[in-house]
Amino acid sequence: MTVPILFARDICVTIGSNEILKNVSLSLPKGSLKVLIGPSGAGKSTFLQTLNHLIPHDSGCLELNGKEINLNNKRELYAYRQQVGMIFQDFNLFDHLNALDNVAIALRKVKGVERQTAHNRAMQELKRVGLEDKATLYPAELSGGQKQRVAIARALAMDPTVLLLDEPTSALDPELIGEVLAVIRDLTRDGLTMVMATHQMDFARALAHEIVFMQDGEIIEQGSPEELLQEGTSSRTRDFCARLVTAIDDKR
Amino acid sequence: MILEKLIVISDALPYILQGAGITLIIVAGAMVLGLCLGVPFALGQVYGPPLIRGAIGLYVWFFRGVPILILMFLFYFGIFDLLGLNLSPLTTTALVLGMTSAAYQSQLFRGAIQSLPQGQLKAAKALGMSRWQTVSSIVLPQALRMSIPAWSNEYSIILKDSALAYVVGALDMFTRTHFVASRTYEHLTLFMLVGALYFFITVIGVYFLARLEKKLRIPGYTA
Amino acid sequence: MDPFYTNELIPALNRGLVMSTMLIIPSAFFGLLGGILVGTFRVFGPKPIQRLFNAYTAIFRGVPLMVQLFILYYGLPNIGIYFEAYTAAVIGFILCSSAYNSEYIRGALLAIKSGQLQAASALGMSKTQALVWIIIPQAFRRALPGCGNEMIYLIKYSSLAYIVSCIELTGEARAIAAQSFRFTEAFTVVACYYLLLVSIATYLLKKVEKRLAIPGFGTK
Ligand SMILES: Nc1ncnc2c1ncn2[C@@H]1O[C@H](COP(=O)(O)OP(=O)(O)OP(=O)(O)O)[C@@H](O)[C@H]1O
Ligand SMILES: [Mg+2]
Repeated sequence: MTVPILFARDICVTIGSNEILKNVSLSLPKGSLKVLIGPSGAGKSTFLQTLNHLIPHDSGCLELNGKEINLNNKRELYAYRQQVGMIFQDFNLFDHLNALDNVAIALRKVKGVERQTAHNRAMQELKRVGLEDKATLYPAELSGGQKQRVAIARALAMDPTVLLLDEPTSALDPELIGEVLAVIRDLTRDGLTMVMATHQMDFARALAHEIVFMQDGEIIEQGSPEELLQEGTSSRTRDFCARLVTAIDDKR
Repeated sequence: MILEKLIVISDALPYILQGAGITLIIVAGAMVLGLCLGVPFALGQVYGPPLIRGAIGLYVWFFRGVPILILMFLFYFGIFDLLGLNLSPLTTTALVLGMTSAAYQSQLFRGAIQSLPQGQLKAAKALGMSRWQTVSSIVLPQALRMSIPAWSNEYSIILKDSALAYVVGALDMFTRTHFVASRTYEHLTLFMLVGALYFFITVIGVYFLARLEKKLRIPGYTA
Repeated sequence: MDPFYTNELIPALNRGLVMSTMLIIPSAFFGLLGGILVGTFRVFGPKPIQRLFNAYTAIFRGVPLMVQLFILYYGLPNIGIYFEAYTAAVIGFILCSSAYNSEYIRGALLAIKSGQLQAASALGMSKTQALVWIIIPQAFRRALPGCGNEMIYLIKYSSLAYIVSCIELTGEARAIAAQSFRFTEAFTVVACYYLLLVSIATYLLKKVEKRLAIPGFGTK
């Protein structure tokens, strides 16, 4: 087997007396899309954030291309984060910058790319998410779906080797979810390596290479959608999804 | 009778208006000093180690708790003298008002910095920005922009406080008015005149700061 | 201890403290009262009165307090009106502080949603009842931080009484300093007096605010 692009080994996180992640390990082969599911409070967001060290872990380690990252070395950490992009549930665009500058700022400040080049690159990424005509608008002038697409363009502009997505569609109105999922679908086709937490089970079933089911800070099951969701198999994942579907039907 | 007053005013006006220049120099100096100290103080108070935070907190407490009049006396006759600094009344006034303004401005910026959504800081980190890059290209541009309305308030306060230059004898608008008044005994007319001048200068300054704010305005900023 | 402190400075400053307190307390009280009056009229009063009080507020907030005090003490005698230094200072403080307070009161009144008044009327409350039981309790809470701040400013600006020759803390310190040439010491100690006053006032205001706090109110 080839070396995984990103490998998280035995990650533990404790906040106060609360064990939020208990020995979570995850291996990401190149070009794979792993979907993280689980009930609220399972630790999905926490785990994704430990993957690019926005939340420090108490024990465990992170390896990129088979090389362990020394997280105490600032330079190495910043370089690592450039390679591991992140998409947030609530977008977190920079409010004082228009769409184009939101995408260009890290290129300029972090990678030291010259202004015009950065803008060209940013424009290219905005095109990729279908927003070239919104480049001069500020976050407050964009819809939720458009904001999330700008956020994706911002991450992509850094040429990440891995992209982490934390429920990228759950803050969106139902009619806007489709446009964001379409962008993510294109990314899987382009072979980008991704981990995504989501409740969009149809999307997961159709595109995930592997589904990872988390509960109470642990990975309970993982496997291909067929293995976990096929009619007739009895898995915790299937139970959870069944309940999720009923819950959504109830809401309607 | 009215003619008499008009003569007094027209005689005094050029002399007092020259003082307006000095008043404005004091105000500009104090605001710039307040900004130059206020920003690092705010950053120190938010991101600094406990010792720095404590020291800045103490500074703010002192300069916000002591009347400017006392500070003027303390620095002009006391501290600057002890330090062997022979500073002019004008410099002293600008320094004292500037140090005081730094205390207020630092709290203004601190509030703005702390009101920034945490998510944006996370996003900056996730892009690989260092702490300094985050502060300089994400935090400060937003915090400074949010502070402009409060800044126009700060301008009007400093302008009024600059009249205290009188107690150390800088030749500002107020001091000059006092000189003319003690020669002519036309206190009422002259101080109403200088009051109108202060009012006028406040309005003009606030107008220009509002224009600046409009120019820097970004959709979605309400603060 | 140095007799300069025990025999000269401290007794003089304590005398000054009494005088300062006598300046601050009536000014704060009537300044708040005036602010409530002016602020209420600026929102609910008839148009001409609104305009008049708006102009009053703009002028007293736009002109240095020093100028106002000079007009009261040195200017008015030109037209035959004479005030004691103490009276001139207190009048000046009240007028100025009323103007600033009215701004907070007005803001607080304007911030109360019209729905609240409608709800009160719907319950059968008269206009006065609604004002007393609904509007004022809400407006007071909203205006409290601003008016409290104004009170702290008043403590500091009470030092300006010195320049119209009303001898309070600042005046006493200045006199002792000039006699003894111990400027730094005298002004440092008087600074501590003011710091103490301001810190006590801040503490008390925080307590009042906490006592009156209602969950979710004012945070918007
Ligand atoms: N800063 C914190 N301090 C203490 N506990 C925290 C903190 N952040 C998260 N937790 C706890 O960690 C657990 C995991 O939270 P996390 O946000 O990772 O869950 P999640 O799986 O992403 O849930 P959701 O589906 O609701 O987003 C929860 O029990 C939460 O209460
Ligand atoms: Mg989550």
